[in-house]
Amino acid sequence: MSERRYRVTIEVNGVERQAEVPARLTLVDLLRDELGLTGTHVGCEHGVCGACSVMLDGEPVRSCCMFAVQADGSRVTTVEGLEQDAGKLSVLQQAFCDGHGLQCGYCTPGMLIAAQGLLDTTPDPTDAQIRDAIGGNLCRCTGYQQIVDSIKLAVARLDGRSR
Amino acid sequence: MKAAAFEYQRAESVEQACAALAEHGFDAKLIAGGQSLVPMMAMRLARPALLIDINRIAELTTSSEHGDHAVLGACARQQSVKQDQRLAARVPMLRAALAWVGHIQTRNRGTIGGSLAHADPSAELPLAACVLDARIVLRKKGSTRTVAGADFFVAPMQTAAETDECLTEVHWPLWGEQRVGCAFDEVSARHGDFAMVAAAAQVQTGEDGRCTRAAFGLGGVDAVPRAFPDLAARLVGSALAAQDIEAAANTAAGEIEPGEDLHASAAYRRHLARVLVTRVLSVARDRSRVSGANAQ
Repeated sequence: MSERRYRVTIEVNGVERQAEVPARLTLVDLLRDELGLTGTHVGCEHGVCGACSVMLDGEPVRSCCMFAVQADGSRVTTVEGLEQDAGKLSVLQQAFCDGHGLQCGYCTPGMLIAAQGLLDTTPDPTDAQIRDAIGGNLCRCTGYQQIVDSIKLAVARLDGRSR
Repeated sequence: MKAAAFEYQRAESVEQACAALAEHGFDAKLIAGGQSLVPMMAMRLARPALLIDINRIAELTTSSEHGDHAVLGACARQQSVKQDQRLAARVPMLRAALAWVGHIQTRNRGTIGGSLAHADPSAELPLAACVLDARIVLRKKGSTRTVAGADFFVAPMQTAAETDECLTEVHWPLWGEQRVGCAFDEVSARHGDFAMVAAAAQVQTGEDGRCTRAAFGLGGVDAVPRAFPDLAARLVGSALAAQDIEAAANTAAGEIEPGEDLHASAAYRRHLARVLVTRVLSVARDRSRVSGANAQ
């Protein structure tokens, strides 16, 4: 018996995308395997590591903890959608490069989404707010200090703007 | 880890969700925020044949006030409740508890009703509901009933809700905004993790500083969150002095039967229970004496 498929229409990084998905396909698997957006990483697949974070209607969520069919009609922004213009890193992304905010890079898409979610609501965050915002994202390389520093570097460069 | 195959229905109304539950019974499961259910399905600890999505039912996201209680729709998102200034003033326990719940990404999806229905014995919102004795409204095809917070939690991950019932509202008692203080505290391996022990308290004090109303409880120390209404009643009339609070904390710690695991022995959990009850009652007392101290 073939598995029933459900038609979904999701705006991903500003582009309307359609897919026919089995109900059990998670949002992250849709993004990576069906839509080819492999910037979003799959870590633990049970909502602990934060690597799969994406924006759902402007708010950071874990894309492994929701089924793609549930996102029908929603707006999703992945790490690919953070770039300023085609191929140009955003201020936040550039700050992660310059501030050595990544080593292996596995957690980076989730960190960037979490940090962008913070800057969207809090353009001038305190250290505590930065640490709280990335509290749901695990990094096994940097010890977090450089990630916090990179976000602070972005805040300084943005000077009150969020992007 | 991938979930087993299932069918999916998006309910447009509570009636539709209840009709689907009535038809499919044990094979069906409601999904709200999914922050516990989706991982459980990924690990195949849960294998519903049908998932009924209640996320887009407008009436489940409303909040209002009726007489002596605030009504919160089951699908109110944890993060939006945490940021709600009016609720923070009216039911300060919600923000105090939510400060310990998950992370921004999980709170943006996770719901108030979902956390209660999941009934993890160490979760914060079930403890808050027990301590305040919130009323939980369950609807099924053709009828509605209300269950007291203290009766709702039956065993770990088990509630009084039947398989054909949908949790629709939670009624949080209003204590007023004057001379009421509340506090929530817990110890866990990392912030946002499940609590080894959690404690919550709310007290009201009179002009003379004496306690006029009190409630407190513990999570993570038993199969279900525990409130101590009898011990809290004994605090009424006292000055909530250090020895009054310590006596309540010692008695409460003696009444629980905590389990033990890799993270904490039973003796350590009992110790934490005593320390944390002392702490939350003291902080709640102090906040009751300073106007606006809860909203922080």
